[in-house]
Amino acid sequence: MHARVAYAGAMHTATPAGRGEGEVSLVLADGRVVGESDVVWLPPVECGTIIALGLNYADHAKELKFDSQAEPLVFLKGRGSLLGHLGVTRRPTNVRFMHYECELAVIIGRQGKCINAKNAFDHVAGYCIANDYAIRDYLENWYRPNLRVKNRDGGTVLGPWFVEAEDITDPANLNLRTLVNGEVMQQGNTRDLIFDIPTLIEYLSSFMTLSPGDVILTGTPEGVVNVDAGDEVVCEIDGLGRQVNTIASDDVFGR
Amino acid sequence: MTPGFVMDCAPHRLSGTVYGTLLNQRSAVDALGPSVAEPPYNGAPKAPVLYVKPRNTLVPSNSVVAFPHDADELEVGACLGIVIGRTACRVVETRAFDYVAGYLAMIDISVPHSNYYRPSIRYKARDGFCPLGPVTGRADVPNPNSVTVRTYVDDILAAQTNTAESLRSVGLLLEDVTEFMTLAAGDILGLGVAAPAPRVRRGQSVRVEIEGLDALTIRFGEAP
Repeated sequence: MHARVAYAGAMHTATPAGRGEGEVSLVLADGRVVGESDVVWLPPVECGTIIALGLNYADHAKELKFDSQAEPLVFLKGRGSLLGHLGVTRRPTNVRFMHYECELAVIIGRQGKCINAKNAFDHVAGYCIANDYAIRDYLENWYRPNLRVKNRDGGTVLGPWFVEAEDITDPANLNLRTLVNGEVMQQGNTRDLIFDIPTLIEYLSSFMTLSPGDVILTGTPEGVVNVDAGDEVVCEIDGLGRQVNTIASDDVFGR
Repeated sequence: MTPGFVMDCAPHRLSGTVYGTLLNQRSAVDALGPSVAEPPYNGAPKAPVLYVKPRNTLVPSNSVVAFPHDADELEVGACLGIVIGRTACRVVETRAFDYVAGYLAMIDISVPHSNYYRPSIRYKARDGFCPLGPVTGRADVPNPNSVTVRTYVDDILAAQTNTAESLRSVGLLLEDVTEFMTLAAGDILGLGVAAPAPRVRRGQSVRVEIEGLDALTIRFGEAP
């Protein structure tokens, strides 16, 4: 389990320092122990291609009135959308529905093409929490979901931690939950993925080479609600930690 | 095919993300006819509609691109690529060229598909499906909004268009895209593909010539 953080003028790799109550502490690679809020958290991995799944939980698909699918619904995102733990994400004034999506992110560790599902985990380096925001007001019916909805600056929050694959016993049985201002709004378990991790890796690598650093955001369960400026959005996944993000208004961005 | 391909040449490393723009050529919209106004689309796009050509698709000129086993024909969409030179956020059209490092010829290769509602990425994201030509610096392309784009298949002219036929010019596209997402140095934004894009078969070669830019040549070979 490690993070990438900026502290006192440099970037560092950091690991958790014990399991105390209250604020999380980190140990930097050079030995310094610092508090969670004393560092700037960066996305925990250098991402290559960012691959995202739409409607990959049966309950969420039903929530969005989506019936069945012959193959996974996949879209791609740019690195400009990435953000770390304790960041802020802009909500434009006058939009009606901006929502979070808590997702298990799978990080590829070994290059592969035409990977058989039974060998898929050989290509997984580890996992992290992702919160993949969307603004539904901007949905257009061309190449859905269009990037104005899903590829906004700070709209893809990763971390705090990258957790090595060997430290997650069963990635197909992890609880996910999202809390907005302390209230649980979204809950699910990765056992309910329509297309599970090995299936996704087999599917994607059947037509594209996957390389180390590529990230698969595996989709989100039901329970998405609108968030407003000032809201604190916390995404938690068993064994991966707790990710905090705050929604900010246009004012903060000089708009 | 070179995953993680980086074209490390002046004036900027092409280490960023490559975006294509859907339906930014009048001919591409016209080719859809009345269906644009009908379900599931219910009208032409309002904001720019972009898609990502991921890093496994990026190959340099003179590459051999694997022709997939499961396709009879591929579509080769020649396009002017705008290479971003510095962080571009909320750019205004009149200053847009300040953010451009240069231009290149790109080919957006697709498995032909007729539905643009929610097409599978396996149509566009296969290995080698986005050849990129060498970069020509901004100063050497005085008017990117009026250059001829020619596509040759086996040395025969198969399509010709001009960037003047774009619905959004280079500057306006940069303004409208950077309103909602920041582009970084090294990112590439395709100005859009005209219709009809030529179709090719196994073994054919393609050369794209954009006025004032170095040509981009590829050949389709057997998939491994």
